[in-house]
Amino acid sequence: MKFAPYIPLLPLAGFLINGLLRNKLSKGLVGIIGSGAILAAFVLSVLVFNQTLQGETAVLQLFEFIKVGSLTIPFEFQIDQLTSLFLLIITGVGFLIHVYSTAYMHEESDSHFARYFAYLNLFVFSMLLLVMGGNYVIMFIGWEGVGLCSYLLIGYWFKNTEYNNAAKKAFVMNRIGDLGFLIAVFWIISTFGSTSFSAVFGQLPGQFSTAAITGITLCLFVGAMGKSAQIPLYTWLPDAMAGPTPVSALIHAATMVTAGIYMIARSNMLYVLAPASMHVIAIVGLATALLAATIALKQNDIKKVLAYSTVSQLGYMFLGLGVGAFTGAVFHVMTHAFFKALLFLGAGSVIHGMHHQQNMLHYGGLKKWMPVTHLTMLIGCIAIAGIPPFSGFFSKDEILIHAFAANPVYYVLGMGGALMTAFYMFRLYALTFLGEHRGDLHHHTPHESPKAMTIPLVVLAVLSIVGGLVGIPELFMNNGHRLESFLTPVFENSKQYLEQHAHPSHSTEWMLLAVSVSLIVLVILFTVRTFAKGKESEEATGLGKLLQNKWYVDELYDGLIVKPLLALGTVLNNVIERSGIDRLVNGVGRAVQYSSRQLRLLQSGNVGSYILMMVLGIVGLILLVFYTRL
Amino acid sequence: MPITYYIFLAVIIFCIGVTGVLTRRNSIIVFMCIELMLNAVNLLLVAFSKLHHQRMLVLDAANVTAGTESQLFVFFIMVVAAAEVSVGLAIIVMMYRAVHSVDINFLNRLKN
Amino acid sequence: MDKSQLMFWFLSALAVFSSLMVITRKNPVYSVLFLIITFFAISGHYVLMNAQFLAIVNIIVYAGAIMVLFLFVLMLMNLNKESEQQKNKYLLWSGAIAGGMLMVIMIAALNTTEPAVVNQPGAGDIGLIKNLGTKLFTEYVVPFEISSILFLSAMVGAVVLGKKGD
Repeated sequence: MKFAPYIPLLPLAGFLINGLLRNKLSKGLVGIIGSGAILAAFVLSVLVFNQTLQGETAVLQLFEFIKVGSLTIPFEFQIDQLTSLFLLIITGVGFLIHVYSTAYMHEESDSHFARYFAYLNLFVFSMLLLVMGGNYVIMFIGWEGVGLCSYLLIGYWFKNTEYNNAAKKAFVMNRIGDLGFLIAVFWIISTFGSTSFSAVFGQLPGQFSTAAITGITLCLFVGAMGKSAQIPLYTWLPDAMAGPTPVSALIHAATMVTAGIYMIARSNMLYVLAPASMHVIAIVGLATALLAATIALKQNDIKKVLAYSTVSQLGYMFLGLGVGAFTGAVFHVMTHAFFKALLFLGAGSVIHGMHHQQNMLHYGGLKKWMPVTHLTMLIGCIAIAGIPPFSGFFSKDEILIHAFAANPVYYVLGMGGALMTAFYMFRLYALTFLGEHRGDLHHHTPHESPKAMTIPLVVLAVLSIVGGLVGIPELFMNNGHRLESFLTPVFENSKQYLEQHAHPSHSTEWMLLAVSVSLIVLVILFTVRTFAKGKESEEATGLGKLLQNKWYVDELYDGLIVKPLLALGTVLNNVIERSGIDRLVNGVGRAVQYSSRQLRLLQSGNVGSYILMMVLGIVGLILLVFYTRL
Repeated sequence: MPITYYIFLAVIIFCIGVTGVLTRRNSIIVFMCIELMLNAVNLLLVAFSKLHHQRMLVLDAANVTAGTESQLFVFFIMVVAAAEVSVGLAIIVMMYRAVHSVDINFLNRLKN
Repeated sequence: MDKSQLMFWFLSALAVFSSLMVITRKNPVYSVLFLIITFFAISGHYVLMNAQFLAIVNIIVYAGAIMVLFLFVLMLMNLNKESEQQKNKYLLWSGAIAGGMLMVIMIAALNTTEPAVVNQPGAGDIGLIKNLGTKLFTEYVVPFEISSILFLSAMVGAVVLGKKGD
């Protein structure tokens, strides 16, 4: 455990070396430093994981960070099962994506290449800080750090105004959420007098009012909404696809966007004491899952489909958290990290092979040219669609079963979302890899990506297949859910306060599984047959148009928030600023100028008039002295 | 005579001097008006000296030099006035040489 | 009304009248002559108040030396013709009003002074040369010597200023 603080230090060192020496180092060296730092962190994470696997946890206080009055906030790391799991995901997936990036970003010039790796390392550092932080303040540092890196990497190609706008949008949306987080932290300090997880959760359940805890948890959830792209703050994530594809895979699919889930899972003790917040989370999560899934149905940009799919899957995780399936949510974070990173990297490979063409309508039949990408992508699609025994099946199933126990309506809607997931993922697959090629073969032929890109794909594909096996439900195997028993220490305290639902009987479960799997298979078969022929037009009508335009949510926000604020700003600028403040300021200046021009006339240089003034002054002074009796 | 009479007399002469300074343009006459003002003050000093001396004699008949100081002040004022006049007239002569006039309105070089 | 009071009123009237003449005469030579009369009137006041020494010094230094110096300069520069009066009527009136205002204000302000009476010529001999001299050359000997330095520098200054050209 002693070496745990070095885990975030390694990426930080990588960031500093790559960032400061970006004009000196060659691409090869940058790639080795960047990936090597993460690999080393991964090795350390494995060691830490081994120790937590044996039930060893620790809180490491490094130094005193803030001390104000009676409030002391140490710089501390808390290493427990949840943290070590996230460490593995972050450094493991992060390492693969770093390796992938060395090939994907090879066209960049030396210094920009180094800048990319510096940002990426800084991101990993911040993310590690976020999950290792032993109190809400350290977590907030990481929270802000990943937001910053997200901004920097979305706007990585900063010469493109549209990308910069996307970066700004992401940052602003995140700031809205961060404000919620900050308020929650202040509220926690005033309620509990500490921000350390151990101190805060140790005081629970205690004599705290439900209103305060509900308020805190809702504010925290606002933070999670921003970072994890939930309604109403989700619109930044699809735009964030402006960044390089590996960035989308690492930050906007596998790790950063799951920070909200981590935070809520970490605060599970708080949430179980605020059932109202749990319901809000479940409903928001479900709504997000459905909304994003419907939008994904009609998107033609390969990365946009994956982005909305990510939003949708995050919605599922929040649904899981909301119904009390903390383990299920964390499980889904893990499997989602595998298959969504795989899908994004696969998409990146396709984009790479298609010379930066992202529109799926110009793909088709890529199976022939890109066998490895094709196979791995297929595995990813199956995994996310939820076909057993691929990983997505186990995690999604766990969430849905818990949702069923809480409220069958949740299950039905969630199942609908899952069907849509299968539909849009296989639409993507079919449009991309099956049928005839619809692009222009004369200009360039698609080609398979280099080894540095395909090897991470293969590794992730294997993980996507077997990743679910750590969480086999009791239905199939006794004590098969090893993840649950591993995470028990984290969630056991809160379990007793959870609303108890009757767990569905085994026969019900079997029935639900059979129905859902067969429905999903049907949808997949239908989708593949339809879209393999490439029957999809650019222009959509009716509902399709509505979906293609993302329910016009961006336009709605624009009309409801941006436009009125702009109008207000214009009014303030034209009326208050111009005719109010400006006139006041200029008026003062003009008055001084005028009066000094008048006063200057007194300085005639004529001695006589000076003496006259002096006499008048004496008269005034005498009057003052004798008649006011100062 | 009541001391107020002396005060009024001194004030009147002083203010006549002031008015002269303000209204006349010939710098020599302005200078003379200043002398007039100095004299008004001297007169007042002597009057107060006398008053002080009387008061002191009532308290102590032997104190024959009480109030001498203000008369010495008058003496010193005369000394300074004499020095001032010699220098001032020299300046006026120099000014006359420069601008061929003693009109005080030519002395507006302070403006620049 | 005894003689000394009569003298007071006469000398006061003379002083005020002649000082008014000083500032109203157009010819500067007349002004100088009226100023001399004013000084004589003031010297008379000194005599009335037993300040004989000062009265004599006033006549010798002011009416004698200083005014002669004025006349000398006037004659030397040929300024004894009628000098033009203040052209600016506005400035003239404002000057007169300002001076008058100062007078009114000061008289009004000092009107409440305690009604002490100064005896004329009366007892006391502070104005005698003997008393003044004793005081001057014992207690005030340093200022006296300093005033001699002042004179010296004034003389040097006058010579330097009056020197023609450089």
